[in-house]
Amino acid sequence: MRQALHAEWTKLRTLASTGWLLLAAIALTATVSAAAAAAVTCPSGHCAEDPAKISLTGISLGQVVIAIVAVLVISSEYSTGMIRTTLVAMPRRVTVLAAKAAILTGPVLITGTIAVVASLLAGRLILPGRGISPAHGYPLLSLADGPVLRAAFGSVLYLALIALLSLGVAAAVRDSAMTIGIVLGLLYLFPIVGAVVNNSHLARHIQQIGPMTAGLAIQATTGLRNLPISPWAGLGVLAAWAAGALLTGGLILRLRDA
Amino acid sequence: MTRPTITPYRPAAPTGHAGFAQLLHAEWTKFRTVRGWVIGAAAAMLVTVLIGVLTGLNSHNGCFGAVCHPVIPAGPDGEAVTDSFYFVHRPLSGDGSITVRVTSLAGVIQLSGPPHAPTRPGLQPWSKAGLIVTESSRQGSAYAAIMVTGGHGVRMQYNYTQDMAGSAGSVSAASPRWLRLTRAGDTLTGYDSGDGTHWARVGTVHLAGLPPTVQAGLFATSPQYAPPPAQQLTGGSGTDDPTSATATFDRVSLHGGWPSGAWISAFAGGSTSTYPIAATAGSHQAGSSFTVTGSGDIAPAVSGENADGAKTIDRALVGAFAGLIAVVVVGVLLITAEYRRGLIRVTLAASPRRGRVLAAKALVLGAVTFVAGLAGASAAVWLGDRFLRANGYAIFPVTALTELRVIAGTAALLAVAAVFALGIGAILRHSAGAVTVVITAIVLPYILATSSGLPAGTAQWLLRLTPAAGFAIQQTIPQYAQVSSTYTPMWGYYPLAPWAGLAVLCGYAALALALAGFLLRRRDA
Repeated sequence: MRQALHAEWTKLRTLASTGWLLLAAIALTATVSAAAAAAVTCPSGHCAEDPAKISLTGISLGQVVIAIVAVLVISSEYSTGMIRTTLVAMPRRVTVLAAKAAILTGPVLITGTIAVVASLLAGRLILPGRGISPAHGYPLLSLADGPVLRAAFGSVLYLALIALLSLGVAAAVRDSAMTIGIVLGLLYLFPIVGAVVNNSHLARHIQQIGPMTAGLAIQATTGLRNLPISPWAGLGVLAAWAAGALLTGGLILRLRDA
Repeated sequence: MTRPTITPYRPAAPTGHAGFAQLLHAEWTKFRTVRGWVIGAAAAMLVTVLIGVLTGLNSHNGCFGAVCHPVIPAGPDGEAVTDSFYFVHRPLSGDGSITVRVTSLAGVIQLSGPPHAPTRPGLQPWSKAGLIVTESSRQGSAYAAIMVTGGHGVRMQYNYTQDMAGSAGSVSAASPRWLRLTRAGDTLTGYDSGDGTHWARVGTVHLAGLPPTVQAGLFATSPQYAPPPAQQLTGGSGTDDPTSATATFDRVSLHGGWPSGAWISAFAGGSTSTYPIAATAGSHQAGSSFTVTGSGDIAPAVSGENADGAKTIDRALVGAFAGLIAVVVVGVLLITAEYRRGLIRVTLAASPRRGRVLAAKALVLGAVTFVAGLAGASAAVWLGDRFLRANGYAIFPVTALTELRVIAGTAALLAVAAVFALGIGAILRHSAGAVTVVITAIVLPYILATSSGLPAGTAQWLLRLTPAAGFAIQQTIPQYAQVSSTYTPMWGYYPLAPWAGLAVLCGYAALALALAGFLLRRRDA
């Protein structure tokens, strides 16, 4: 397993695209978060906006870059034929997938932490100027605040789980374009369908089972009663999706010819 | 010693073999022989239908005591209308006029809850009372009316969608308003006055095919409570509490062909309506003065929080998002697969004019995805409409032209998105990256605008500037200034006009394709 981890780390580290994509994930997340924070206007101080959630809006864009990194970890091996070398060197295929998952998680967690801290910092600096200030009863965003810490920590975990979900789908599907299409479909279709069937229990159920809608519940710090699913349960739903995808991917990888 | 000149071999065959038709044929052959792409296009069609149908099947509207299969009436031009008001009327045969003074207009909001729920005073900006001439008391009849409103002065409105402004200011005992409505054939003219002697014409309208005998008289109505737009958030909550308006009329005078008889007081419309209406309605007559209380609206019906579960046909097209993802994957692969397999070198050797290769690919891809989208969207709308109706939803009636625009527009949306994907794929030459860029650029702004809690203004700009603007083509019901509602993307309203929105997406696609053509010529394959 140690050799497997080392091999996977070498492959990930020496691929030029990995570093650029992770940097792009940080930049996009922070930029979109800052833009969302700058878009808020709350002159009266009585707004429905959730400061932590607004400051973390960029995660919804950053996650797709993380998904690309995760998909490429496996589908680029299929497109270049590298997978055959990998599997000759390490015939235990589930070990290969486990090593990939473990090696991928580290950089994603670090990237996610930087992106989330940068986003919250942007929110802390921008939001008071837009009316969400201590003078109006909104404390400055701070990681010392329990719900904000939960939102921040949860967002980092969210990105890691999205990476694992994408990796699992990639192991099952192999082709990078189709994989990313399926991953984005899983992420995006639930919120859209949920919004269209509004005013019904179905909408709530759809938001409870969608990986993105349930997972992002972790970002809410106000109005927790109105959430379709509680924050940690939501992240649990996403974890179940990721586990399911990895299991399916592992099983197919084991049974199928490379 | 001279060397013989060696002329390079030139084939005698004309260059006609490199014609555009052959290029199209080559691209079509490539498309139809790759199983994954054909499956992708078919999948786009199937998911569009399936998700639409599943959404329709699984949505149920409870029958809360009222009508289980409500119908939204259609106006003279086929558009959806609300037509409920209290009407104190008598027949008018031939030409004639009616003049009245309005001395007060007041309103109450019926708080939602059990019957006899508490009320609080509150006149709605579009509470209306005044004079109306209508073809019949059937909902959706042609009409013309002149009225005082809660917050928009005197207005003349006709046939639901049309609205003209008269004198401004609100009405009170100290500053009453005189109104006059004159009929001559199928021409109706509305006047207003502050003193009953100096009259100003507000508007003249022609109601084609108005029968000789029409119903004319006094009316009052008041729409549901809608919070001011500034308080509406993206996923925001307003209320749909019914309201009622009470107007006091006096000095009613009639001229022309009014057969003798008494005034008839009745609630017009309502039984088939999906529009919540306050229970308090009625009229009281003392001499030539009347007090009329009414609830409802005489206006175009609009989607939104106040529409009480009524659906627009574009709701059946939610599956188009899934179809979009499928066609984007196919569009990207159409070019990136050639790079991966090295086929691009053969393609470019066979047809060295690289721009034409890209154009041929775009045409074949656009045509195939348009056809797939058209089949999927028509089936989704046709089936979705039936299932939603069967499950107790009212469907907003639309004209055949609008329905055609929504269906063909959705197909065009898929085709343009696929071509956009082809362009981005040729620029990036990286499948996963290109698919992500295109899907995220089109779908994520829509999600952020509809369900993320961003401020309404930002949400609107997202749907103006990003490729997500293209979804505007699915808007079925126009926005009307004379109806307050939650005009947000969540309810099927877009900041751009339908074709303008699609044009934004087309612009992105054209830009991507142009850059791709430039790079394809400049770069080594």
